[in-house]
Amino acid sequence: MTNADLLYSDVETDLRASVRDLLTDRCAPETLLARVESDEPCDRELWRTLARDLGTAGLAVPEELGGQGASAREVALVLEELGRAVAPVPFLGSAVLATSALLGCDTAAAEVADPLRRLAGGEAVGALAVPLSTMTDAAFPRDVTATADGTLDGTVTSVADGTVADVFVVPATGPDGPGLYAVDASAAEVSAPVSFDLTRRIADVSFRGAAATRLAGPDRAPGALEGALLTGAGLLASEQLGLAQWCLDETVEYLKNRYQFGRPVGSFQALKHRLSDLWLELVGARAAARYAADTLARGDADAPVAVALAQSYCAETAVHAAEECVQLHGGIGMTWEHPAHLYLKRAKASQVAFGAPGRHRAALGELVDLPA
Amino acid sequence: MTTTSDKGLDAEGLRARVADVLAAHDPDTTDRLDFLRARFDAGLAWVHFPVGLGGLDAPRELQSVVDAEFAAAGAPDNNPRRIGIGLGMAAPTILKFGSEELKKRLLRPLWTGEEVWCQLFSEPGAGSDLAALATRAVRDGDSWVVNGQKVWTSSAHTAQWAILVTRTDPDVPKHRGMTYFVLDMTQPGVEVRPLRQITGEAEFNEVFLTDARIPDAQRLGEVGAGWQVAQTTLMNERVAIGGNAQPREGGMVGKVAETWRNRPELRTPELRDRLLQLWAEAEAFRLAGSRLRQQLAVGQPGPEGSGMKLAFATVAQRLAALELEILDEDALRYDDWSMRRPELVDFTGREAGYRYLRSKGNSIEGGTSEVLRNIIAERVLGLPSEPRTDKDVAWKDLPR
Repeated sequence: MTNADLLYSDVETDLRASVRDLLTDRCAPETLLARVESDEPCDRELWRTLARDLGTAGLAVPEELGGQGASAREVALVLEELGRAVAPVPFLGSAVLATSALLGCDTAAAEVADPLRRLAGGEAVGALAVPLSTMTDAAFPRDVTATADGTLDGTVTSVADGTVADVFVVPATGPDGPGLYAVDASAAEVSAPVSFDLTRRIADVSFRGAAATRLAGPDRAPGALEGALLTGAGLLASEQLGLAQWCLDETVEYLKNRYQFGRPVGSFQALKHRLSDLWLELVGARAAARYAADTLARGDADAPVAVALAQSYCAETAVHAAEECVQLHGGIGMTWEHPAHLYLKRAKASQVAFGAPGRHRAALGELVDLPA
Repeated sequence: MTTTSDKGLDAEGLRARVADVLAAHDPDTTDRLDFLRARFDAGLAWVHFPVGLGGLDAPRELQSVVDAEFAAAGAPDNNPRRIGIGLGMAAPTILKFGSEELKKRLLRPLWTGEEVWCQLFSEPGAGSDLAALATRAVRDGDSWVVNGQKVWTSSAHTAQWAILVTRTDPDVPKHRGMTYFVLDMTQPGVEVRPLRQITGEAEFNEVFLTDARIPDAQRLGEVGAGWQVAQTTLMNERVAIGGNAQPREGGMVGKVAETWRNRPELRTPELRDRLLQLWAEAEAFRLAGSRLRQQLAVGQPGPEGSGMKLAFATVAQRLAALELEILDEDALRYDDWSMRRPELVDFTGREAGYRYLRSKGNSIEGGTSEVLRNIIAERVLGLPSEPRTDKDVAWKDLPR
């Protein structure tokens, strides 16, 4: 852990700039507010540009498998920017969760390499068929069963980005134990419940004798799923950091320009101190998120601790930042027309993603020998 | 003495210079003070200082190389914790504002620890508002006569020297009428009294100055420029507080974790969640400290430093408070209320009750947490300051 690089490299900073430019251009708050109530709440055009033109869908995928050959650090950078814009694109579901699960299977096998290539190139959107709230150390799910001839039955609820997925990566239990399967979306029944988070929708997905390709059997499936959840949880911290940064920046700007009692409300110490405390939380959150990304990128043995730490800390920071953003904006912060609520909804929904902070603290306690 | 002038100012060259000092002064047989003086004279005391003043004008980050070499050879050090005020605050200020003569006279015994330093800044009426200070210095020929009271002075009872800020012109607004001096603490006009604190002991002192005299040659900076000089001192104080690398579970969190591991019968789910919440916060800010040092190392200092002391104080206080709750019945006892005069400040020393009480000072000393929040809000976030009523008023006319 002494080797951890907690800074942003020049390459990462360039990547940040191009993603931010794109999002500034194509994902402004007004656009976003109109989109969340449209028939297409996920911005497929933006996703195509982001995934194909900027090549972010396959950042952590090796070049020989159609990706960019970068690492979890660069994926984290993209998530920071996506969090900053609460961009309605299936990056977490496809580029992080489904892709990580596939990378945990035998990528020399064509049935794994093919979907991986399609996801990495942005030709298809993937989703990992587990509830978004699945804790990183959860037991292998039993919601879906597989038959010996490779058809699936069962229902999985609250699947992140499932409404726009072309292919599902499904953990299912077959005759010989746990396995990971690929199912084409056309073979699944996908319904969209009303999501609390307006910019990352969930789906309920049912399989009834659905044709599936087995990606991994009992030897690799549990590890691949666990790895995907660990990566998802660790990198989500960067999205939470980016979200919190937007909330802080926006609130600071607002308080500089909002006058009451004949002075900018940002000059009142009661409010300044709250923003200072929030800024300080972000200092801690940035260090924790970078540490998680760096340990995941290097496959460091401390990664489980880093992920549990990042989720214990950054999830709370994002919620705190979004709540302060609403409160310190006063009345306007409570309106539908101001984007603050989109951030609050993303922050609160993300807090329970991969297990709420209290669960990660309990996991952390086991990892660092602070037993119950 | 061997000449070392042909050796480079990179890590390799500095290692060679260390080897020369070690060869000429075997640490096992050389008197401690003689060794430290030789190290100073070789420019290996603080390598970023000028040649002739204990340094080599070398990059500051190479100091760790030198320190590690000496430590590995079992050489004596200058007990930096004991003389932290001299090293961290007085020395950089003397270096920047002192005359050549003063630098020559003061820096060597300061670094070797032969002469201990203290800091006479805070007063009963000037805490967070340091610029309101009232200790008067009046010119009398070639010297100054000083009267007033200073407070919260560590090491005053062992110090030979003090850095001192005084009021020299009461008729101008407070920031403009101050002057900065180096004061000889061993003279008759200086009286030091212990200041007993809530832990029972007295780490600090009150210092009463009654017609104390200072030669004008011991002034640092111009008459009336004391505030600017003091900023240099205080900036270095914050660098010193935020700067140290810690291992995981270093400091207060390690103490509480140890108690948790050793006393399974005291554990409850509620206490565990609070402990892990604080463990996570302590670890996040330990990593933030590493990140800050990585930024400094590549020449990109971030504003994060302003927050490190604030974070440290908050986390340490909550950890210490939690430990007493974990300890249950044992929290009803205290180790010792008797008046002591510790030479070293140890935040995590003694027992849990002491740690709880001592940690209360963490959010007051070296800038209160409230002032630090103002600094972050105004200098980092760019929020407007509160309306000021004291900026253009002569110091003597301020309400008090």
